[in-house]
Amino acid sequence: MSTAMDTESTYSGYSHYSGHSKKAHRQGRDRHKSPRSKDGSRSEKSVTIQTPPAEPLLGNDSSRAEEGQDDNWGETTTAITGTSEHSISQEDIARISKDLEDSVGLDCKRYLGLTVAAVLGLLVFLTPIAFILLPKILWGDDLKTCGTVCDGLFISVAFKLLILLIGTWALFFRQPKADIPRVFVFRAILLVLIFLFVFSYWLFYGVRILDLKDTDYQGIVQYAVSLVDALLFIHYLAIVLLELRQLQPMFTVKVVRSTDGESRYYSLGHLSIQRAALVVLENYYRDFTVYNPALLTASKSRAAKHMAGLKVYNVDGPGNNASGQSRAMIAAAARRRDSSHNELYHEEADHERRVKKRRARLVVAVEEAFTHIKRLEAEEQQKAPGEMMDPREAAQAIFPSMARALQKYLRTTRQQQYHSMESILQHLSFCITNNMTPKAFLERYLNPGPTLQYDRDRWFSKQWTLVSEDAVTSGLRDGIVFVLKCLDFSLVVNVKKIPFIKLSEEFIDPKSHKFVLRLQSETSV
Amino acid sequence: ITALSCSVSFQQRIEIHKLRQGDNLILGFSIGGGIDQDPTQNPFSEDKTDKGIYVTRVTEGGPAEVAGLQIGDKIMQVNGWDRTMVTHDQARKRLTKRNEEVVRLLVTRQSLQKAVQQSMMS
Repeated sequence: MSTAMDTESTYSGYSHYSGHSKKAHRQGRDRHKSPRSKDGSRSEKSVTIQTPPAEPLLGNDSSRAEEGQDDNWGETTTAITGTSEHSISQEDIARISKDLEDSVGLDCKRYLGLTVAAVLGLLVFLTPIAFILLPKILWGDDLKTCGTVCDGLFISVAFKLLILLIGTWALFFRQPKADIPRVFVFRAILLVLIFLFVFSYWLFYGVRILDLKDTDYQGIVQYAVSLVDALLFIHYLAIVLLELRQLQPMFTVKVVRSTDGESRYYSLGHLSIQRAALVVLENYYRDFTVYNPALLTASKSRAAKHMAGLKVYNVDGPGNNASGQSRAMIAAAARRRDSSHNELYHEEADHERRVKKRRARLVVAVEEAFTHIKRLEAEEQQKAPGEMMDPREAAQAIFPSMARALQKYLRTTRQQQYHSMESILQHLSFCITNNMTPKAFLERYLNPGPTLQYDRDRWFSKQWTLVSEDAVTSGLRDGIVFVLKCLDFSLVVNVKKIPFIKLSEEFIDPKSHKFVLRLQSETSV
Repeated sequence: ITALSCSVSFQQRIEIHKLRQGDNLILGFSIGGGIDQDPTQNPFSEDKTDKGIYVTRVTEGGPAEVAGLQIGDKIMQVNGWDRTMVTHDQARKRLTKRNEEVVRLLVTRQSLQKAVQQSMMS
């Protein structure tokens, strides 16, 4: 019986997000500091982020939405997630070690950026209000009174600001799913746009209105309204650029796992390479079966046996002719009468048979166990109506009867390290609670499921590295290949463009479908 | 060989007296064809696009046989009404009028035509 897994994981990355509201901001900082003290091999951390060196702080980190804060910006997230990735473009490989020392400074920079961005957002939000209030405060007596028109404008400003606030909250206040090193180009563009926009409005306001002490209050209020309108339009632009543009599928990507060749296809729209990598990884955890190194040992041993029997001796003298050696080995291996294909065939047939037999035994044992439960339930109901057996107790009662069969099956299919006794008991009581059939209980064990189904500790992949020839912020193109590496295996991603389809129409006259049924009837008169 | 240029009508007039059977007056033959029917299925016509009314069966001993009507005859007129371009149902109606006891048909038949041709040749 395999021992229960050690469940005192430090903390799970998915339950923690550094929120960007003001109080969560402090929490995020605290939590971010704690994993640094722990051992790095098991818990999730953010990896060192490699920022491009020459970009100015404000230009990148003022990656804020126009209102308030948002969480989905690459530069300023301090999220500690289970899957963090950093990108390496080939020319930056040399700078990695240097940036390791800079990582502490980087986080401070990120928090600074976060603060600046929050301030900018607040400023943008308060600007229209300031535009309206400042004349009243500074030279209120000189202002021409404007009656109902101004009231209408005040109401419209208020509601538009409210709508803007709600829209920004809906669009940008999202918990970050991943840590991406390079800034999203569109976001940066939008933020620079907002910044310049608001800056120019303030400039105009300062020069024309504050200096000259304009008394036309209605004009001033309309100026503020025009600012809010333009902010709403920028919000619309943000929606289109950030959300809508990538919805339409333009590319099909093929993702192949390097160790066992399992592949999947996904449809993507216009995304940058880093975002495409994110999508692929999210889908990887759901679609690909869990990586099981125990299944690969057979092919490795076969490969080892191939070359094991040959050794190369260099008789002609010194001189390391490596390529010549390997060629000689390959030629010799080809000539050797190799019956390994026979072995493979028989081995696989035996394994199939063994698995099927064990599976049959397992299914029968589980079915018997479940009927036992039903009998127990019926007895309990007769004896003491209203007192149901605790599912946990029921699970523990029937577990021994099928434990052996289950363990043998798991050993044969090499899944035993994925399921501990505790997890099996838990699953069993879960199935009993929800009135599941034995087949539903067994579904988890008979087929290897996706990675998300298992404990975090069994995932084998916590850090991902994106390796690509093109810059990771560049968009997807036909023929791009990039690789997502983790410690044990890698995912090779191949991008193909969806072909341009020429669809033409052909009109069919409905009359051509009609035909007359001709009869030949005979009537006697 | 005598060359005859004659406009001989290959038609025959047949007068049938209807027989009363219970409540019905019957003539004793069956018709087929009509402009709403499929002319290619007509076994008696020489020209398969001919949509005329043909006699498909003659009951033995019936008034039609007595009057000399033969199977395969094409009915051209019934009581003076032209029946060459009518629907099947119209033809039937004209033949089965309740208040008529006698119908006079104008028919043509292939054998008749052939007989005339042969007599012309000889």
